[in-house]
Amino acid sequence: MAAHPKTFPAASRLLSGASLKNRHVSGWLLASPLGLVLAVFLLLPIAMIVIVSFWGATEFSIYPAFRWDNYEFLLTSPVTWKVFLNTFKYAALTWAFTLTIGFTVAYFLAFHVRSLTWQIALFLLCTIPFWTSNIIRMISWIPFLGRNGIANSTLMSLGVTDRPMDWLLYSDFSVILAFVHLYTLFMVVPIFNTMMRIDRSLIEAAYDSGATGFQTLTNVIIPLCKPGIMIGSIFVVTLVMGDFITVRFMSGSQSANVGRLISNDIALLQYPSAAATAVILLITVLLVIGILLRFVDIRKEL
Amino acid sequence: MTKATGTGLNRRSLLKGAAAGVAASAFPAPLIWAQNIRDVTLRQFGTGVSNINEVAQKVKEDLGFTLEMTALDSDAVTQRAATQPKSFDIADIEYWICKKVWPTGNLQGMDVARIRNYDKIVGIFKDGRLTPGATIAQGTSPHSVGFTDGPDGTGFADHETGWMTLIPTIYNADTLGIRPDLIDHPVESWAELLNPAFRGKASILDISAIGIMDAAMVCEAMGEITYGDKGNMTRDEIDRTLAIMTEAKKAGQFRAFWKTFDESVNLMASGEVVIQSMWSPAIAAVKSRGIPCVYQPLKEGYRAWGGGIGLSRNLSGIELDAAYDYINWYLDGWVGGFLMRQGYYSAVPETSKAYMSENEWGYWFEGKPATEVITDPYGKPMAQPGETRDGGSFDDRMSHIACWNAVMDENQYMIRKWNEFIAA
Repeated sequence: MAAHPKTFPAASRLLSGASLKNRHVSGWLLASPLGLVLAVFLLLPIAMIVIVSFWGATEFSIYPAFRWDNYEFLLTSPVTWKVFLNTFKYAALTWAFTLTIGFTVAYFLAFHVRSLTWQIALFLLCTIPFWTSNIIRMISWIPFLGRNGIANSTLMSLGVTDRPMDWLLYSDFSVILAFVHLYTLFMVVPIFNTMMRIDRSLIEAAYDSGATGFQTLTNVIIPLCKPGIMIGSIFVVTLVMGDFITVRFMSGSQSANVGRLISNDIALLQYPSAAATAVILLITVLLVIGILLRFVDIRKEL
Repeated sequence: MTKATGTGLNRRSLLKGAAAGVAASAFPAPLIWAQNIRDVTLRQFGTGVSNINEVAQKVKEDLGFTLEMTALDSDAVTQRAATQPKSFDIADIEYWICKKVWPTGNLQGMDVARIRNYDKIVGIFKDGRLTPGATIAQGTSPHSVGFTDGPDGTGFADHETGWMTLIPTIYNADTLGIRPDLIDHPVESWAELLNPAFRGKASILDISAIGIMDAAMVCEAMGEITYGDKGNMTRDEIDRTLAIMTEAKKAGQFRAFWKTFDESVNLMASGEVVIQSMWSPAIAAVKSRGIPCVYQPLKEGYRAWGGGIGLSRNLSGIELDAAYDYINWYLDGWVGGFLMRQGYYSAVPETSKAYMSENEWGYWFEGKPATEVITDPYGKPMAQPGETRDGGSFDDRMSHIACWNAVMDENQYMIRKWNEFIAA
């Protein structure tokens, strides 16, 4: 437009006139800043990762090439399969626990606490642990669960065991425990949100029709909470699948998930191999989200 | 001299004058040769062992310019040195890392003519021998990656050329750390790491290049494997070593693996672990909490490492001059004294002597019993009168090096195998 100053008034009139009234054009315009941000800060880096994943690497350099080596090694190594399986195990267990706890907490807040003030107060209470960093909340489990930690000394003084239980720390148990602790709130928030939107008259109607509490839960509340459950599940699953620090610290570096494979590769300057693993992880996570979205149409529900 | 503003004088000639002045005077104190050096900021990064704020403060006091320190773990150090050449001026790296970093061309060779104490640097950094006639240990010994052909050299020279890749700063001979209060029999061999008596109470470090060396020391001590060169294993040797370690891991021998200094201290201090590969100042940190901890000398010898300072390729002019000032100051003894109080050794031990008391020098360097309480650099008591340092004198320790930390020809294969071990 700058090159044709004479056409400018006409173009601007055109823009402010007919086309701005066109819902499609104004919609695109409104969406463009976010679209631009996502393109530059999300799509471009992902494209770069995909490109690098085909490159070659030596001990101290990476060079542009097009080779399948990184993927070939990744997909034929039994370690990869084992580590992916481990990642799914962590994700599934964490998902099950956070969902159970998150749903219960949200249910209590939404249906048992009557006053809005108390609901908000208790909800804020849930967020207090999040005032400190993830790492600190996670690491504070270590002295608690340790061989001479508070948990073991309490259990021993109560006479539950006579010697420290080693499996409390540096085990899958401690990894899952930390995950559940870190991510339950990501379940509580969306589920609570959808529960608050449920029309209370629906529940009254269910009672009036003679439904038991359990029937109301399974036939009315849970179906209506599906969008919240799904959003929470996406949060938890993606977070757990990408988290490598928790796995490293809480397992004492004894187990690995995909994130740790990537971080090891990066630490050892194997960027192409790290990129290839990242691409596979991204595809896997997208598949999982795709499957989750089959169960609920979020667009419709919101 | 310090009043010269440099306006009428050529900076080089001024520097030469300053150097001559230092050489002429009996004082080791560096000269501030121009006011504008105060505006210089050098960015240094390295591992936590030597990137200490006290050093940066002392640099500001003695040399006048600002030194910004960043402490990272070994892997992050390698990564930064290799991939972000513009993010630092001085790289404080280990010799085995040098083998990965030097070929990237991010560092420049150093003219030993500008290093005042070059002649006093201990022999292991020059020809690999502590004393003439001593044998050279296996692995990436510092002298093998210590020299290059010129300021722009990209390879390593096998003899002294006058151009150093790194100026050696600190080094040590590592061994296993143990908790004597929780162990009921004498520990004398690396093989003890896999002793079933310590099931669930042993640890090793999860930095593959170092961890594999510890593993090799263990396997060799057990009589399972005889290596051609532990620092440069064949694929078969790597496979067999990690097979033994994996078997032990599956049997529950290890409590955890550690990656940072603090993790190793916490594992030992909390009693999660009673025997593990460890670093000397980590032992000091455990002891200064009042918990008994011994850096146990073992009959097979030590696994050694060395660190040094490298200069970024991007340094020139006044910054480069300041960096040389810094290196000369580093070898003058104050830092050496500071590091030796943590159990490391200085590249020029004799200059450190001036900064240590007779008691400290006797305890840390000569292996003599302490005559008074020995404190760490921060003033915490480390040893009581009458105690001697684990492993004895400098000569006793450094002449029993079995192997240096190394980068092998089969490094990539080893890393993949190490990942399998961690995931097993």
